[in-house]
Amino acid sequence: MNENAAHRLKRRALSIGHSVGLFLAMAVICLPGLWIVLSSLRPTVEILAKPPVWIPQEISFDAYVAMFSGVGQGGIPVLDYFRNSIVISVTSTVIALAIGMAGGYAFARYRFKGKSGIFLGFMLTRTVPGIALSLPLFFVFARLGIIDTHFGLILAYVALNVPFTIWLIDGFFRQVPKDLAEAAQIDGCTRWQAFWQVEFPLARPGIASAGIFAFLTSWNEFALASQLTRSTASKTLPVGLLDYTAEFTIDWRGMCALAVVMIVPALTLTFIVQKHLVSGLTSGAVKG
Amino acid sequence: MKFPRPSAPTLLLLPAFIVLAAVVVVPLLLSLWSSFTPFRLTKPDSIWIFVGLRNYANLLSDWEFWVAFGRTVLLLTVALNLEMLLGLGLAVLVEKASRGQRVLRTIMMFPMMFSPILVGFQFKFMFNDNIGLVNNALQALGLTDRAIPWLIDGNLAFIAILVAEVWLSTAVFAIFILAGLMAMPREPMEAARVDGCTPWQTFRYVTWPFVMPFAFIAMTIRSLDIARAYDIVKIMTDGGPAKRTELLWTLIARTGYADSRMGMANAMSYFAIILSIVFTFYFFRKLAAARQQIGAEW
Repeated sequence: MNENAAHRLKRRALSIGHSVGLFLAMAVICLPGLWIVLSSLRPTVEILAKPPVWIPQEISFDAYVAMFSGVGQGGIPVLDYFRNSIVISVTSTVIALAIGMAGGYAFARYRFKGKSGIFLGFMLTRTVPGIALSLPLFFVFARLGIIDTHFGLILAYVALNVPFTIWLIDGFFRQVPKDLAEAAQIDGCTRWQAFWQVEFPLARPGIASAGIFAFLTSWNEFALASQLTRSTASKTLPVGLLDYTAEFTIDWRGMCALAVVMIVPALTLTFIVQKHLVSGLTSGAVKG
Repeated sequence: MKFPRPSAPTLLLLPAFIVLAAVVVVPLLLSLWSSFTPFRLTKPDSIWIFVGLRNYANLLSDWEFWVAFGRTVLLLTVALNLEMLLGLGLAVLVEKASRGQRVLRTIMMFPMMFSPILVGFQFKFMFNDNIGLVNNALQALGLTDRAIPWLIDGNLAFIAILVAEVWLSTAVFAIFILAGLMAMPREPMEAARVDGCTPWQTFRYVTWPFVMPFAFIAMTIRSLDIARAYDIVKIMTDGGPAKRTELLWTLIARTGYADSRMGMANAMSYFAIILSIVFTFYFFRKLAAARQQIGAEW
């Protein structure tokens, strides 16, 4: 009897410990984000207050209003940055997906010489640190006159994303049985038709998750963008964030507001496809 | 027909080849050449002066460079190991949860959506010695009455950067290890328990070997974009104070753009590139071996 009670007590302690651990872990994950959101809604006086004001006394959307009301107010052309970010990220994602689908299909469906070598070569191009790549790219782009243009940054991001999209999409095409496409071809489809009618719809979740990753990479990239952009013509949000840091002072509230603006599209997109995200990554990579 | 028609895989891979050649390979060749010259952005003609390995020779004896190099390796090693351990812990915690798994999993992935530059800024804000959350909390709890100079002291700044980096990237490990845990068959664990294994033994000899390939995938993915730490450091300390948190990447940026010594910066870049390739290659090999161990097809 006594042993039973001891056992039950131990189980209970374990389960409580588990809950506490889980709660703490989740708090650590969420807290920085929540703190940013909260700070963006408070007046600067409260952020800088000493001793700290823990419970916000007044909530206002001033920072957002100032940010979106143009250059005059906050001094930062957020709308331009936002538009640049969207245009560059979406375009480069679409192109990277198209190239990735072609490449992934080739790796999944054909045998050819030097296959694993080419594959490894593709992956190695991705390992080049952005800042190391930015030095020669800066030089080349300046010579070609495509520095500070959408085109230049899109080109760079496509190259950045292609290896990873090929990797993920390759894994997904491998999961689609070859027989299905062959059956379609026997029924009179061309290979092209078989791809679009049979294989593409089946691999769509994987392609979606590859797309999200490509989008997030372009949306969040800083090392290349900080050197290849100069003005509102092509500056993206991550680079724009630095506008809030002056020589000695930082406009914390404005920065927090911009941070929220940056994270919201990324979060929304991820939630839409989050179901496919994990399965996409794992099955693509494990069985790939 | 004079030219044989190119085969289907060639055609399909052609766009990828072209883009990667244009944006990565050709610029890298250019930077390789310029690493043999005293090239300065302000003196464009200097790209034609060939000095052989002088830049590299200078680097080899440059103490500052090797300190930054060593610090980068240290940061990567500590960060990757910590992320692996914490990711494992987090995955086990979430896997054991009986309710709300989907919500927990979503929250777990939360940091992955953050831009590294954003994470850098966020932690710069939190570690601010005057108005930061960390100091405010420590003071409010009465643990200390002075403002800890988190980003001003060299060692503390290194820790702050490490915290930011770990916060950002633990999710990658947690997700993969969790996927591994969920894909794991139940029978071996039950068999182990029947055979009288302690929970620790079950974990060490049954669960871990099965989950390991998943951890290595996460490692491989992480090592692919390991240099993202640049963004965090750039905004948190920018290599300061007095170069005490200078990493290879911030050093490259400073030498290349601020001092406009492109040739020298490109020579440094090659060290950084080789470092990344070594990391990736190592984990690729490990991954292949681990895959074979669980009998997955390559």
